[in-house]
Amino acid sequence: MRSVLFWSLVAAILVYMTLPAVVVVATSVNPTELMAFPPTGFSLRWYEKALTYPDFQTAFRSSLIVMALASTLATLLGSTFAFLIFHYNFRGRGLLEAALWSPLIIPHFTTGFGFLLLGSHLNLTQGYAVIVMAHLLLVTPFVTRAVFVSLSNVDANYSRAAANLGATPSGVLFKVTLPLVLPGMLGGWLIAAILSLTEFTASLYVTASRTQTLPVAMYNYIREYADPTISAISALLILSTTIIMILANHFLGLRRILGIDNG
Amino acid sequence: MIHQKMAALQSDDSAVEIKHVSRVFGAVQAVSDVSLSIRNGEFITLLGPSGCGKTTLLNMVAGFINPSSGAIHIGGRDVTDVPVHLRDTGMVFQSYALFPHMNVFDNVAFGLRQRKFSKAEISAKVMQAIEMMSLSGMEQRRISQLSGGQQQRVALARAIVIQPKVLLLDEPLSALDKSLRAQMQVELIELHRNTGLTTIFVTHDQGEALSLSDRIVVMSKGQIQQVTEPIDLYRNPANGFVASFIGEINALPSASCSVTSQEVALDIGDVRLVAPRRAEWQVASGRPVKAFVRPEHIRIAGPADAGRNVVTGEVLTHIYQGSHTITRLHVDGLGQIEMRLPGGDVVGRIPVGLKTDIAFDLAEVVLLPDTAA
Repeated sequence: MRSVLFWSLVAAILVYMTLPAVVVVATSVNPTELMAFPPTGFSLRWYEKALTYPDFQTAFRSSLIVMALASTLATLLGSTFAFLIFHYNFRGRGLLEAALWSPLIIPHFTTGFGFLLLGSHLNLTQGYAVIVMAHLLLVTPFVTRAVFVSLSNVDANYSRAAANLGATPSGVLFKVTLPLVLPGMLGGWLIAAILSLTEFTASLYVTASRTQTLPVAMYNYIREYADPTISAISALLILSTTIIMILANHFLGLRRILGIDNG
Repeated sequence: MIHQKMAALQSDDSAVEIKHVSRVFGAVQAVSDVSLSIRNGEFITLLGPSGCGKTTLLNMVAGFINPSSGAIHIGGRDVTDVPVHLRDTGMVFQSYALFPHMNVFDNVAFGLRQRKFSKAEISAKVMQAIEMMSLSGMEQRRISQLSGGQQQRVALARAIVIQPKVLLLDEPLSALDKSLRAQMQVELIELHRNTGLTTIFVTHDQGEALSLSDRIVVMSKGQIQQVTEPIDLYRNPANGFVASFIGEINALPSASCSVTSQEVALDIGDVRLVAPRRAEWQVASGRPVKAFVRPEHIRIAGPADAGRNVVTGEVLTHIYQGSHTITRLHVDGLGQIEMRLPGGDVVGRIPVGLKTDIAFDLAEVVLLPDTAA
């Protein structure tokens, strides 16, 4: 009796979590212009439309540019922060840690709006700079955490052994610590990429029509049209992020990045 | 041969000098005014229970921890303020700490590469060390592919290949199973003989210390209790702690003694034991003493004993160990006594519950002034 209840609950949770994606992908193969669920047939025409729609093509390019810049810069910045917090117990440390986690508690639209104001003061509203800056702020905490966890898992004795064998402190860093933390940094970079690729709220404020990222373009599309093209492009986006997720899991283990396992 | 050569190359007679070293962690005195002079080529063991300060002391020699006070000299040079990477010591960690992202060759070569030897020299030295540690053929293997014993050898190879002024071993055998441990102990002795490296070995296993060391430093609560050769340590422990820590021993209750030129008579309640007097004993008539008797110096009494140093005990239990049996008896006035006899015959000769006479052979008895009385 309890077993049935248990499995019903598990099934209900699974359904609830996956239903939106399932519905979207299902409607994307519908042969007609209606958003029918379940679909009345099978057709890939909407995928063809999505892939050839100029706004989506431009937006995807923008997303990639922002993603590449934001995730790479976030990895450099976040790794540096992680090393600082891990190794040094300096006086402003608590404050720095709080500042690093703050993007998690500040709503994305506040961040976006803030950068919009900043951008208009600096006359940067039409370029990629503000978008990258906003994304950088939002994704760096995740990279910092991933690298920090990775550092915590490196046996302290490795660096001691290296020093004992004659390696200078910088030698220890480059020959022993960094190679061992590299998987963690790579995983952090991939997580940053996913977060940037799918970021919508802040991007809405800081993108211009020329620089809009894919999620923003999708939003604009659905305000005017209601055909399965949007489902198709959504499915493609889900596919992209899934691939990145699989890669991130391979290098770091998602459980650790997301803080479920504590090291 | 190599041993003498290496010893001759050292310019100073003492390889390591530890001078009044102390270390405090907050409120805890981990190491308390320790002074020690370690000779060139010596294999010295720091022995004691956990928390005694032996690992802290080792880490101070390596440079991972700085002394709160005192100085450390290696090879005649004051290294107290010298950073770890410039001290020229080689350490084997308890967990081996082999670099997981490198193969065996690169692990062993690491120290040499920091010292800027040529590629050819490095290759030659590494292969020599690998062969010395019976690891030939495994140079390309990754660390995760090695067994515990093999990892330990790589850790040793990595430390000895740089020919350090001191080799530091932090409980390197504790992760190995019993038979592998025994085997590695023999190999360590041979390794030391072949390389002649001054070695500081840390362990809590007194049996290990007795078999490997030229000298043993017994530590407790941050202080040195005794420093001497293994045989001397076993026969002449300096105090009650060392007596109980090394090997098995029966600590008899406090006794009052009467001393003559030849003998010392100990009175513990109704029991009288008479031991031949040893010159080094600090005893005087009337002063209370504590006697310690090793289980192997107690046997079943026979007619030849004629009641001398014979007591009656009730057999409580036999602990059969194959090559010998430990028999526990209760002796009125002395408490629980453990007796060690070869084989297993004793189990049938004096079954549990029997009251029997046992005799003490007091030629090797340990006699210490009773400081508590």
